[in-house]
Formats: sequence, C-alpha cells, structure tokens
Amino acid sequence: MIVFDQVQKSYQVDGRAIPALHPTDMTIETGEVFGIVGHSGAGKSTLVRLINLLEPPSGGRILIDDENITHYSASELRAFRRKVGMIFQHFNLLSSKTVADNIAFPMKLAGIYSKAEIRDRVQELLARVSLSDHANKYPSQLSGGQKQRVGIARALACRPTILLCDEATSALDPQTTQSVLRLLADINRELGLTIVLITHEMDVVRRVCDRVAVMDAGRVVEMGPVSEVFLHPQHPTTRDFVFESESIDSEEMQEDLQKAKGRIMRLTFKGDATYKPLLGSVARESGVDFSILSGRIDHIKDTPYGQLTLSLVGGDLDVAMNALKAADVHVEVLR
Amino acid sequence: MEALMDGLLSNVDWSEIGLASWDTLIMVGMSLLFSVLIGLPIGVLLFLTGKRQLLEQPAAYAVLSFVVNVLRSVPFIILLIVMIPFTVMLIGTSLGVAGAIPPLVAGGAPFFARLVETSLREVDRGIIEATQAMGASVKQIVFGALLPEALPGIIAGITVTAITLVSYAAMSGVIGGGGLGDLAIRFGYQRFQTDVMVITVALLVVFVQVLQMLGDRLVLHFSRK
Repeated sequence: MIVFDQVQKSYQVDGRAIPALHPTDMTIETGEVFGIVGHSGAGKSTLVRLINLLEPPSGGRILIDDENITHYSASELRAFRRKVGMIFQHFNLLSSKTVADNIAFPMKLAGIYSKAEIRDRVQELLARVSLSDHANKYPSQLSGGQKQRVGIARALACRPTILLCDEATSALDPQTTQSVLRLLADINRELGLTIVLITHEMDVVRRVCDRVAVMDAGRVVEMGPVSEVFLHPQHPTTRDFVFESESIDSEEMQEDLQKAKGRIMRLTFKGDATYKPLLGSVARESGVDFSILSGRIDHIKDTPYGQLTLSLVGGDLDVAMNALKAADVHVEVLR
Repeated sequence: MEALMDGLLSNVDWSEIGLASWDTLIMVGMSLLFSVLIGLPIGVLLFLTGKRQLLEQPAAYAVLSFVVNVLRSVPFIILLIVMIPFTVMLIGTSLGVAGAIPPLVAGGAPFFARLVETSLREVDRGIIEATQAMGASVKQIVFGALLPEALPGIIAGITVTAITLVSYAAMSGVIGGGGLGDLAIRFGYQRFQTDVMVITVALLVVFVQVLQMLGDRLVLHFSRK
C-alpha cells in the first residue's frame, strides 16, 4: 500500500519556490492498477517520481507498506528502489548492452545474485515478454514495442512489488500500445504487482486501471474507481479528458442537443445491463418515443458499459425513468 | 629512379628518420596514455559536479574548470617552456623523449578531460534516471552506465587527443624534445635541408591519417546506435 500524507513538492527557481505538487493525500492499494491522468505540466511526472524518491518531497510523508520512506538513508534507499520497477516513455535502455544484458543490469547492480541465478531469471523474463529470440540483439535493432517489453522485463528483474509506468505507451502506435497494456494487465494479475501508471490518454486508463486520479495544475482534482470517474466525470478537466478519448466535440454536441426535441437524457449501462434489450420494452410500456443522439458501447477494463444520449418524446416519462432505474441504468437528465 | 631519389633526398639519413619516427611514437604513446589516465577521471568529475548533475558542486566545478581552462588557454609552445623546471624536478631532464612527456601530458590531459565531459553530457539523462531508479550508487552509474554509453564518444576523444599530441610532440622539438619535430627543426629549418623537412612532414601526415582511421574504426565498432 502506498500512502501519501500531505505530500508536496516545489522547485526553487531563482530563489522562489514554484509548486509542482500541492499538498496531496492519496492511497494506492496493494495489487491495484492505479492511473494518474493529466496534461503535460500537471505534476503527474513529479508525483510518480516521489514514489521511488527520484524526486525528494518538500514536505509530508510517503508510507509504503506502513514504512516512511522519506527518512531512508542512501543505502536503504538503494535497497528500496530495487523493489520498485520503473518503465519510461522513451524506454531508457542502455544502447551499449544487449537485450539480455539490459535485463540482467539491475540484478548485477544489486550484487546479491549469482551468475546462474541471473542467467535463469533473464531467460524466464525474455520468455515472459516474448523476446527469447532477441536476447543478443542491441536495442537499436528493436522496434518501439519490443524496446518497451525489454524495459518491462528489466523493471521486473529484481522481483519488485511496485511497478511505475511513466507514459509507457505514449511513444507507441495504437496497436503496440494495446499489446503493451495487455502485458501490463497480465503482469498485474499474475504477479499481484501494484502498478502506478501515468498517462495523458484516458483510453489507457480505461483499458487497464482499477482506479484513477485526475491531475490539474499540481493538484489531484478527482479520484475514484475508473468506471465512476469515466462515466460520471465531475471536474471540468476530467470531462475534457473523457470527451477527448471519445472524440466528442463538446460544442458540436451542444448544437445537436439544441436541434433535438423533448427531454434529453444520458443513460449509462454497466455490466450485464449493457446487453439487455431494455430500450424497446421501456418504450412499449411507457409509450415514450425515443431517438438516439449519440452512443457508445465499450469496455472499462473487463466490464462492458454503454452510454446513450436520447431524446424522449410523448408517453409517460416517469414510467420510463422508473423502468430504467429498476434495470440498474444510471439516468442523467440533461434537459 | 633510385639515382633520382638519392639526388632529390641527398640529405635524408633514413636510419635517423626511423629513429625519430620511433621517438615520436613513444612520445605520443606515453603522453596519450597519461593524458587518458589523468584526463578521464577529471572529465568524469567535471561532469558529475556540473549543474543539475549527480554530485552537483558549483565550487568544485568552478575550480576544476578554471584549472582546465588555464592549461588549455596557454599556447603549447609557452607551456613547453614554463614546464621546464617542473619537468626537471619530475624526471631529471627536460630534454629528449622523456623530457617532452610531462608538458605533453599537461597539454593533453585537460584537453581530453573536456572531451570526456562533453561526451558524458551527451548520454541521455533518461538512462541515468533509469539506472538511479534501479538502486544504483553514483559509482555504479558511472561505471555501469555512463562510461559504457559514452564509450564511442570517449574513443573519438582519444583519437582527437592523440592527433593533437602528434602536433604538440613535433612542437616540442623547439626545446630539444626529440622525434620528428626535432629532426625537422635541426635539419630542415636550421640547416635548410628542405628534403628532410618534406619527409618529416609527410611522415607526420601519414601518422595522423593512420590514427584517425584507427579511431574511426574503433568508434564504429563500439557504436550500437
């Protein structure tokens, strides 16, 4: 469990303190995939680097499994960092070392593993990230996705309990992003590793995260389960992110809504409700006519969801609303 | 043909040339060795104590940088002369091959140190950060990541330093340093034996060419980018 207790960070620029992270409380549970989303400069890079103290905090306490890491000595800190893997946007592999040597590097640095242990572990990790055939290649001979898989294997070498991902898929194409995210999800499930992932893409959060924190100007402005934050965004920044990921132009949407007649509602289905033939029966029972203004059916991690914006005309609206609510559909009246 | 060569190069004593070439080789080789041994750690320190680096130490950096700059800004010919008492103290003579090596190192080491600092700065900061995040100590970062990553740049720096030392070594002939430069000055300049001058210059050109080629090959061999 990672606990931030009033953690803050500011940088000294020309004698003035510029805040990068305002005092923040946050708890990341063991074994969850925790997303931090924000625009560049929002402070998410700083936040993730506080967890392995690449950035020392200017105030507050950081507790990892009830231990205050902010008081660690240099050698305690080095030992602690071995238990926290990290992967990066630009992979940061050593160009002078082969794939196998890159993966072996953290184990060699630790100085507590035998040659045979290192060799076996490297083989095991190469197989896990499907790169066994590339052991003796140099990073420059690999594609972006392969490089990131080497990065993941390297981060896992010393069997960490936490994996930090700094924009790990931002330099990858959509297909490669998919496969890297799937690998991260597998690792999380099979090894029970806590993953903290920062990104500027809500889509990445939607696919792999359990909970998410949205950051804006050095503050966490919204935090909660991904389905909650994603389907019912409260803060304007969160809304921007969600709209962005669904390629919704909010002005265009407003215009569409103005043209529509009657009541406008946004229905949100989750889980099994997504697949039920609900709308037709509700329309029959209540005599309400509906037209679909916009809609989307997709997954949040493994849970299917649907979100429809409808305009409803005629019939008995209350009956329709109650029927929808009874079927576990979240109903939001927009107009 | 042979007669023509003898006529044109009547003053050239080939055994003397051979000996002088060997002397130049020794001077460049030894001074390069010491320049690298002394310059490399200074270069690493310059890098580490620099702004926003692992061991940021503005005062230490300023002092180190100042010393390096002073040694680099003194024209080598002056350095040769200024160094004479120190050289005598160090190895007993300021003449010949041995006497030339201390001033050559004094000129070569700071030059190489700057080249090392520059090539270390070119290592991606992300690699340093990644290595730090693995729990590496500063020493491990330097030897495990920084130096291997900067190796091609450092080899290129050694090549440039070697070539600079060839021209410095030739210059040391002025104060009786030995080698091809000494030959060029004593025979080519002071006795107006143009043929000796031409031959020594030609040999120096060949020497530099070979060094550059060798260096380029090594850089290529160690580049993985």
